[in-house]
Amino acid sequence: MTLTPVLTAHWDEADSYTIGGYMRHGGYSAFKKAFQSGPDDIINLVKDSGLRGRGGAGFPTGIKWSFVPQNDGKPHYLVVNADESEPGACKDIPLMLANPHALIEGMIIAAYAMRCSHAFIYLRGEVPHVFRRVNAAIREAYTAGYLGKNIMGSGFDLEIVLHAGAGAYICGEETALLDSLEGRRGQPRLKPPFPAVAGLYASPSCVNNVETIANIPYIVNNGVEWFRSFGTEKSPGFKLFAVSGHVKNPGIYEAPLGITARELIEHAGGVRDGHQIKFWLPGGSSVPMLTPDLLDTPMTYEDIAAAGSMLGTGTPMVFDDSTSVVRAVAGWLAFYKHESCGKCTPCREGTYWISDLLHRLENGEGQESDLDKIVELCAQISGRSFCALGDAASTPFPAAIKHFRDEFVTATSTPANDSFDQFAATVFAGATR
Amino acid sequence: MTVTTQTVTVTVDGVAVEVPAGTLIIRVAEMLGTAIPRFCDHPLLSPVAACRACLVEIEGQGKPQPACAIPVTDGMVVKTQHTSDMAQQAQAGVMEFLLINHPLDCPVCDKGGECPLQNQAMANGRGESRFDGTKRSFPKPINVSAQVLLDRERCVSCARCTRFAEQIAGDQFIALLERGAKQQVGTSEDQPFDSYFSGNTIQICPVGALTSAKYRFRSRPFDLVSTPSACEHCASGCALRTDVRRGSVMRRLAWDAPEVNEEWNCDKGRFAFPYLSDGRLTSPLVRDEDGNLVPASWPEALRVAAAGLKETGVATGVLTGGRVTVEDAKAYAAFARGVLGTNDVDFRARAVGAEETAFLAHHVAGKNIDVTYGDLEVAPSVLLVGLDPEDESPIVFLRLRKAALQHRTKVVSVAPYMTAGLAKMKGTLIAAGPFDEATAISGAAEHVKEAGSIILVGERAATSPGALKAVADLAASTGARLAWVPRRAGDRGAVDAGLLPINGRDITTILSESGKAVKGLLVGGVSASDVDGDLVAAVDAAQFVVSLETRHSDVTERADVVLPVAVVTEKAGTFRNWEGRDRSFNVAIPTANVLSDADVLTELARELGVELDATDFWATASKPELVAGTHKPTVGSGQAVLATWKHLLDKGTLQEGEPYLAATSRVAVIRVSPATARSLNLVDGGQAKVECCGRKATAPVIETAGMADGVVWIPSNSEGAALNLPSGCVVNVSGGVA
Amino acid sequence: MSFSEQTREKARDIISRYPQSRSALLPMLHLVQSEEGYVSADGIAFCAEELALTTADVAAVATFYTMYHRKPVGEYHIGVCINPGCGILGGDTIWSTLCERLGIGNDEVTEDGKISLERIECQAACTHAPVMTANWEFLDNMTPESAIDAVEKLRRGEEVKSTRGPRIRTFKENELTLAGFDDGLAAEGGNADSFMLAGLNRAKELGQSAPEVKK
Ligand SMILES: Cc1cc2nc3c(=O)[nH]c(=O)nc-3n(C[C@H](O)[C@H](O)[C@H](O)COP(=O)(O)O)c2cc1C
Ligand code: SF4
Ligand code: FES
Repeated sequence: MTLTPVLTAHWDEADSYTIGGYMRHGGYSAFKKAFQSGPDDIINLVKDSGLRGRGGAGFPTGIKWSFVPQNDGKPHYLVVNADESEPGACKDIPLMLANPHALIEGMIIAAYAMRCSHAFIYLRGEVPHVFRRVNAAIREAYTAGYLGKNIMGSGFDLEIVLHAGAGAYICGEETALLDSLEGRRGQPRLKPPFPAVAGLYASPSCVNNVETIANIPYIVNNGVEWFRSFGTEKSPGFKLFAVSGHVKNPGIYEAPLGITARELIEHAGGVRDGHQIKFWLPGGSSVPMLTPDLLDTPMTYEDIAAAGSMLGTGTPMVFDDSTSVVRAVAGWLAFYKHESCGKCTPCREGTYWISDLLHRLENGEGQESDLDKIVELCAQISGRSFCALGDAASTPFPAAIKHFRDEFVTATSTPANDSFDQFAATVFAGATR
Repeated sequence: MTVTTQTVTVTVDGVAVEVPAGTLIIRVAEMLGTAIPRFCDHPLLSPVAACRACLVEIEGQGKPQPACAIPVTDGMVVKTQHTSDMAQQAQAGVMEFLLINHPLDCPVCDKGGECPLQNQAMANGRGESRFDGTKRSFPKPINVSAQVLLDRERCVSCARCTRFAEQIAGDQFIALLERGAKQQVGTSEDQPFDSYFSGNTIQICPVGALTSAKYRFRSRPFDLVSTPSACEHCASGCALRTDVRRGSVMRRLAWDAPEVNEEWNCDKGRFAFPYLSDGRLTSPLVRDEDGNLVPASWPEALRVAAAGLKETGVATGVLTGGRVTVEDAKAYAAFARGVLGTNDVDFRARAVGAEETAFLAHHVAGKNIDVTYGDLEVAPSVLLVGLDPEDESPIVFLRLRKAALQHRTKVVSVAPYMTAGLAKMKGTLIAAGPFDEATAISGAAEHVKEAGSIILVGERAATSPGALKAVADLAASTGARLAWVPRRAGDRGAVDAGLLPINGRDITTILSESGKAVKGLLVGGVSASDVDGDLVAAVDAAQFVVSLETRHSDVTERADVVLPVAVVTEKAGTFRNWEGRDRSFNVAIPTANVLSDADVLTELARELGVELDATDFWATASKPELVAGTHKPTVGSGQAVLATWKHLLDKGTLQEGEPYLAATSRVAVIRVSPATARSLNLVDGGQAKVECCGRKATAPVIETAGMADGVVWIPSNSEGAALNLPSGCVVNVSGGVA
Repeated sequence: MSFSEQTREKARDIISRYPQSRSALLPMLHLVQSEEGYVSADGIAFCAEELALTTADVAAVATFYTMYHRKPVGEYHIGVCINPGCGILGGDTIWSTLCERLGIGNDEVTEDGKISLERIECQAACTHAPVMTANWEFLDNMTPESAIDAVEKLRRGEEVKSTRGPRIRTFKENELTLAGFDDGLAAEGGNADSFMLAGLNRAKELGQSAPEVKK
């Protein structure tokens, strides 16, 4: 399958992130077109396009928009999820650095469709340069008259506020994000009520991922048919595939959904000579790892699910045979333990316990019975935690032990750094170009 | 108003029941006698579904669901741990997780023996822990307030305490800090958990993480004998449980009374009980020929008392104080009117007036239960007059806060300033000083005209000329219902019993005429700090004084005969709360040779040859006309009108002996409006002095925006500031005091 | 420390951005760090006062998020990503090298107060692994040598440029940026680097592109 730069098409131009650079290629024409039709038409258009949320869960965007009750006299809020903190995900941050105006124009259209006059971008705090870029883009859009009161004489108002988080992966979960945006601890909320009914400030709200929203101007401008010419029936459109790990040319590859991981890895130069892929993850550490025999699975929501994993953020991570899977899984569990919000027992205590066991395995300590114990403990979290972070935390180990049990058994007596040459797996040992 | 409740049919463990739509699964299971484990769930707090102990299977759902947070829907089929492996395994898994970081210190933990976690672990836990890592540990324990201690490693992060502080009390001084496995309850360095309601968190903590300085390590639940009680500290009427070990009260807990205190109480009711045993009078005392008060036998003391009272007869003033039970109040009324033949009887131990006497006679006496807590909860609006519920009737405060938050009840208060309590009720202030309240009340009709509105008037309205008349008129003209919320547990019962000076002298007059028109005094539980007149001087001046008391006081020291009476734990009885609801209680500590006030009065009557006979006083009483007071003083330069009340926690005699509780009380401040601060040359944050009638008090000034001008507020009977003059006094105020 | 009237004005500026004032808390805590270099009890009290919250409520929030520090960090707060995506690709080695060179560990500051170190989690830059941050500016595709070089330069006060951003400024300066106050540096650092352009360049090389819109 070929590469299809759309969002990334002009990133090589020096001013790609400015309003001038964006408008040179038709930027800010889509929202004017959208204003010609009614809000409901836009919702229907997005529904028809089949666009699915790019934040990880793949929920159909148009349907989500239609959940926001209309004409209820309450303020509505659009909140863009720019928290990108999933290990392995690195698409929204580059997108906002290089093409922030696609996000802003998408927000204008989305807000118009959902009758929001106040929108927020919740950006993870650890990216000051993205903060600058997006804020500069917002200012440019205000100056151009595309934001503010009575935009282009349409009678539609929109204020956009950029908001920096402060270090918490859980704030990517949409209800935790809303609490955080309200100035609280970022702990997920009990649902129902769902954000569409009572979200930000208890008003109807919609939370969408950056990439999801950035798709909107292109859909509005080029139409449903064009959009559906990419991808599959159930997974239409294109995607920013950020390929990372042990490939020669890691980076952002934009292609239709349905391209295979093998194709993406080939585009990225393959793994270095003399090495083979050991395992790969289709989209973030929260989806089960797969073995190389499944590299020909099309990167769609449905096909990856059928292969036993999830498309997730659609950012494949590739690890070659120099990698200690024990180190990898222990690292991810340390991450989930660090990021567990503490609200519910299974996630708070379970990640504490499992992470401790894995840490010991990484250091060559433990018993074989620990392995089954960890599988059981994962099952004690999965499906029982308050939010999907617990499910995510209970994903890496069961997937890994399925394929690499021997390596974990070895780990009960041999530290990972003795089984594997730590240096051999590094970039500076030539693991990438 | 007709409320139609929709019902749905739901099946739990194979049993179908019909329940109101919206009932939570966990409650439905309870109705059926099935206890689903829970830690974070509390029926009076909004669900969080955080602990995950209550997971059950719902047919058609792939994952177990929290029973504490899911309302049943029609046709729902629920399987609990008893019939579902999914539920059983989920619950067992959560229990295992809860225990990995929990210390195994049950033998030394206060909660041991009554701990949901311990019970759960016994019922549902593994015999042996599979966890062999290092448990989380914290340097132990930390004081979240002077009274409440926290052992963080025992905490299960159920957030009951923090949700209580936020949702019920409105005192967000404790919060969950940190995150993940490090999450812990805590305070910030500068604001301890000084909430009037902090003790409730100890009670609802499902483990032994929160303990009181008072009770910590003092007893084991299985060593305690519990007795249902009614709180004697105020007129809210809380149901309590008194836990006794070997004749001593170890602790008191809030007991479940949905119609009154729900499951809460205030810290005064919970912790202020050392007075029950400290400084008690153990035998009758009689003054001997040398003028010394010496122990005497009961027959001797009764004989001397009877002889003296026979002499003073109708010229005896009877002061009963606000703490008598309904039974004792009736006995005092019968004794005063039937035995002594005097009408000089008053239960009030504070500033009073004829306007109030008439108001109580017409609008309170014999009204039975009219306005209830339940009515407050659903009233469209509640007007408060002369009443700051948080300080003066804490359960009324909690119910009004609930009403304001859950039912959008509008709370409006005629008061000198926006108090913390009023703010927590999202209330509206009609700023008025004591002499402007009547006008303010008359102008408040718009706030109470909606059907179902209620006016609550406190005892302080007695110090505002015309206020009670204005309240009565406002109720009549708007149809709003009216209730009187006094401060003391015995007040309402005393009014109903007729302990009011109808056709007689009120307490102010009795005290001023003592030794002249009033020759003798029969004094119940009244202490000098309560009354604005000089009780000590009056006792000294009287020809003959009989004191019925529980503990040594400035009155007992001066009395001719002292007759010791039982405290609440030693007798059974009834307090009638502000609603008019009887709150009866049992003997908690059976004690030989201790008599109630009523018992003593019965014996005393017999000594005088009369059988005490309680009659319905109000059936025949002629009620005085309610006439508005009109007094309005002149206020000179350097002066202001005093507005004051007592903080809930103060220097009250019933709070003696409890230093931890006292350390959580509010510090005294002087409040004035910014304009008044300027005219009195007071500096915000600087010290000032308030003085009148030879009494003075010093405290820091807080300029309070929105406060009535020309008024100075300072608490009464506070540590460091006990001016103890009634509202309405004209006081000199000067700043710059070091 | 007490906060100046100017800082209070900034706080009010932040509050004015939101429909409800409490939303200003996170940016205000960044503002506090721009003044203090961490969040002190005074900083908490300042936020509580401006937002009419209890200090416990503010502390609850301040302690939840890892970017708020309880004690002063270095002038340059260095993060090394040790999440597997970076850790395995070199982050682990960079971390141990830096610790050894600086003689400090996680959450510690060099004696001169210049440098502090933190083991950080995924920075959404896995394509650029191994990744470090200096006051949260990207230092991408690092080696132990380039890591030491950058840190030593910062310590000496020499200029270090972020690989995707401006010259690295102090911790406090960047916290002010995150509180939402413009520093005029948005245009620094260019449009996109080679990792971000990998796909576009490859497509161009192969002559591949998105389908045209049918008119
Ligand atoms: C623990 C956790 C972290 C998440 N992190 C992100 C994130 O960083 N960015 C994101 O867009 N969605 C994230 N999500 C998914 C969001 O909850 C939500 O589904 C998404 O923002 C919806 O946007 P979309 O419909 O456009 O995909 C996360 C979910 C969970 C459970
Ligand atoms: S202290 Fe007790 S009530 Fe508070 S969160 Fe911990 S376990 Fe729950
Ligand atoms: S009781 Fe249901 S989750 Fe805690």
